[in-house]
Amino acid sequence: MTTTAPAPAASAPIVHEKALVRSWKTPIILGVFALVALLMAFVFPNSGETTFTLSTTVDAIQLAPLVVPTQITVIVVAVLLVLAALGAVAFVRFGPGRAPLWISVVFAVLFLFAFLTWVAADKNIPVPGMLVGTLALSVPLIFGALGGVISERGGVVNIAIEGQLLFGAFSAAIIGSITGQPVIALIAAMVGAMLVSFVLAAFSIKYLVDQVIVGVVLNVLVVGLTSFFYSKVLTSDPSLNSPVKFPIWPIPGLSEIPILGPVLFRQTVIVYIMYIAVFLVWFGLFKTRWGLRLRAVGEHPQAADTVGINVNRTRFWNVALAGAVVGIGGAYYTLDVVGQFGKEMTNGAGFIALAAVIFGRWDPIRATLAGLLFGFATNLQSVLGIIGSPVPSDFMLMLPYVVTIFAVAGLVGVSRAPAADGTPYIKS
Amino acid sequence: MSDKTTPPAGETPEAVETEQVPVEQRAPEAPVAQADPPPAANRVLREILTSNWLISLLAIVVALLIGAILIAVTDPAVQKAAGYFFARPGDTFRAIWESVSGAYVSLFQGAVYNPKRGDFVNAIKPLTETLTFATPLITAGLAVALTFRVGMFNIGGRGQILVAAACAGWVSWSIDLPAPLHILLATVAACVGGAVWAGIAGVLKARTGAHEVIVTIMLNYVAFYLISYLLKTPGALQAPGANTPKSPPALPSAVYPTLSDLLGVGSYRLHLGFLFAIIATIWLWYLLNRSSMGFRFRAVGENPHAARVAGISVTRVYIVAMLLSGGLMGLAGASQVLGTTTTGFAAGVDAGIGFDAITVALLGRSKPWGVFFSGILFGALKAGGYTMQASQGIPIDIVLVVQSVIVLLIAAPPLVRSIFRLPRPDAEPPARRKRTTATPEAVTK
Repeated sequence: MTTTAPAPAASAPIVHEKALVRSWKTPIILGVFALVALLMAFVFPNSGETTFTLSTTVDAIQLAPLVVPTQITVIVVAVLLVLAALGAVAFVRFGPGRAPLWISVVFAVLFLFAFLTWVAADKNIPVPGMLVGTLALSVPLIFGALGGVISERGGVVNIAIEGQLLFGAFSAAIIGSITGQPVIALIAAMVGAMLVSFVLAAFSIKYLVDQVIVGVVLNVLVVGLTSFFYSKVLTSDPSLNSPVKFPIWPIPGLSEIPILGPVLFRQTVIVYIMYIAVFLVWFGLFKTRWGLRLRAVGEHPQAADTVGINVNRTRFWNVALAGAVVGIGGAYYTLDVVGQFGKEMTNGAGFIALAAVIFGRWDPIRATLAGLLFGFATNLQSVLGIIGSPVPSDFMLMLPYVVTIFAVAGLVGVSRAPAADGTPYIKS
Repeated sequence: MSDKTTPPAGETPEAVETEQVPVEQRAPEAPVAQADPPPAANRVLREILTSNWLISLLAIVVALLIGAILIAVTDPAVQKAAGYFFARPGDTFRAIWESVSGAYVSLFQGAVYNPKRGDFVNAIKPLTETLTFATPLITAGLAVALTFRVGMFNIGGRGQILVAAACAGWVSWSIDLPAPLHILLATVAACVGGAVWAGIAGVLKARTGAHEVIVTIMLNYVAFYLISYLLKTPGALQAPGANTPKSPPALPSAVYPTLSDLLGVGSYRLHLGFLFAIIATIWLWYLLNRSSMGFRFRAVGENPHAARVAGISVTRVYIVAMLLSGGLMGLAGASQVLGTTTTGFAAGVDAGIGFDAITVALLGRSKPWGVFFSGILFGALKAGGYTMQASQGIPIDIVLVVQSVIVLLIAAPPLVRSIFRLPRPDAEPPARRKRTTATPEAVTK
């Protein structure tokens, strides 16, 4: 990208003038949060001690719980946060014009630590449980987001992620119950979600129906179909709704790592597939011919067609692939966390996945991180519900959606969709 | 009348313009228009408007057939008879017939007329139920149709209805007024609430270019959690002394009078909201077809680039259209809170109307009267669906399947044509694509 020089490059040596763009967004946001931390420290102080439990009883390496005095810790961290915000100001005013990402990350971690310490005065925060819960909520979101990234990079808007997740979960439950084989159930979930994708692809690519309309209607169709069969068949015959769950496979060695080991490596095979899938989608999208073609089709279908790529066929099969990926996320419900199908059990996860795609700027790694963030926010809400928090749980649940609105409105970073996203390609 | 009152800036229709401009000036415009085609939504809109009523009818037939298949396949009696199909095939067909006809007869009895209910006053009650279910569907469908005509999508019906319901609800129980005034004020509050919620999406689209589909979907959830929170908070929307997230009932002075109140017979639930729905339909018809604002709306819907060139402020049209759409959605919220669930509502008060509205608008081809009748059809499916669930044990969810199949088929006329082997009109995109794929072959040969 950087090599594409402007046309008059042959003339006299051009001194590139760097336009210094000072972005004050980050320092302002950090400043606001630092102020909140100061409020927590001085205006509404909580006294007592906060306990962070770091390991569960089954862990190989037992860590002593971290006990900190609440008020002093919050004050110290609040001061650190103020320093970090000032650092960001310095970067913008005297440095390269924008605050580096690491300062935001450090800030976020510190703020979270201060917040949890403050909230849980004289109480206990189970750190491993919180992380496990985050991952459990994030897995379907991440698979959904990966499917969304694949499909939208190819130029087909995928509003039907919700329907694909739900149908994947449904197929996995039925086939898993009949065969008793979780692996076959997983494949069934992929096929089931792919069927939804086929409808999406056929209607949007062949019949040129608007992709948003097809997506919305498909969600309704899948909710109707699965709920119908659930009420009519599965409730009267529970043996059709008792799939065999995947067993937990701890990875020797890695699962012994304190704190993170049990969270990341004492999981079922679906979670391990997720780690591989995130890498594969990233690698495939940016390092292989398949990815180049897919992106070409999504950014500039005319150009892709000119160099001999069959635009509509590429789109069709990649939408199908996206469906298969989302289907694994659906199977996670029925073959892992929940263990059976329930009416409308995905409960809007597909739309949060869509939000993760947009917030992650159509990039698999960022979308995964966004999925983790949204999963964390959702899980934090239930943890705080147990502790008793000053922030109403509904506002925590609202967070992913509000953040996404800010993201599409360009208030937090710039998220730009693939150029041909949502437009059907008609060969002329 | 509209010819005289419309400002000249927004008037100049494209057709007139091209006729009046001399040829030598018109010529360079053609490539520009080609390089800058209207967005997909505008093309889709044209497709929706140009396909004919026969397709709609056939789509309904196919959807009911698919529903029949689902009913038959899941019926235990049919499954039992199919077990000895080769011995006595007649049994299977009889079982299928009984199951499907039983289902659709009860659907009809629940939606239109049930002679088993005795005298006419009671027998016709299902029809009023249909119209009761249709009332919010019509107004919400009009809201979605309005945005379709401007080339936008309003997927945010759920959020707008929830916010509107909260506004109407709050006015209905906390302000004491005489009946007609109270009804009016609560209804207006609902419209304002819906308009504000939809307006967020309109303003963001106009100012920052944020896609309204994403924003309205996200606002649905924001509204849901906001209303859930308010319903749990004493002093906000929660009924005093209640433990559950439920609002207090509306004061009698704010409740829409029902048809029974008017006639003095029966126990009809059909309420004033239906009259509002009729008025809203007429109003939208007038707005779109007879007013200068409607002309601007349609111009932007056909091609925003051309509209901008003609001097129409596209961003303002986006905002105004979204506000009006939200107001219509608010009417649907008002009919829920002041018409049907007047004893206090929970966070599920929208009852899926926001999403049903999209299917209603598509079936009605985004035309006001089309939306009106498709709203009544889907109202009938809903009313009948509940009866079918009660009497035949067929889950109401089948209505969702039938609805979505209807809409999928209507959105893709070529598919319906190929199912029924209908002739293809020349303007269809697949026909054009076939022709172009044929040309290179001819060249290579």
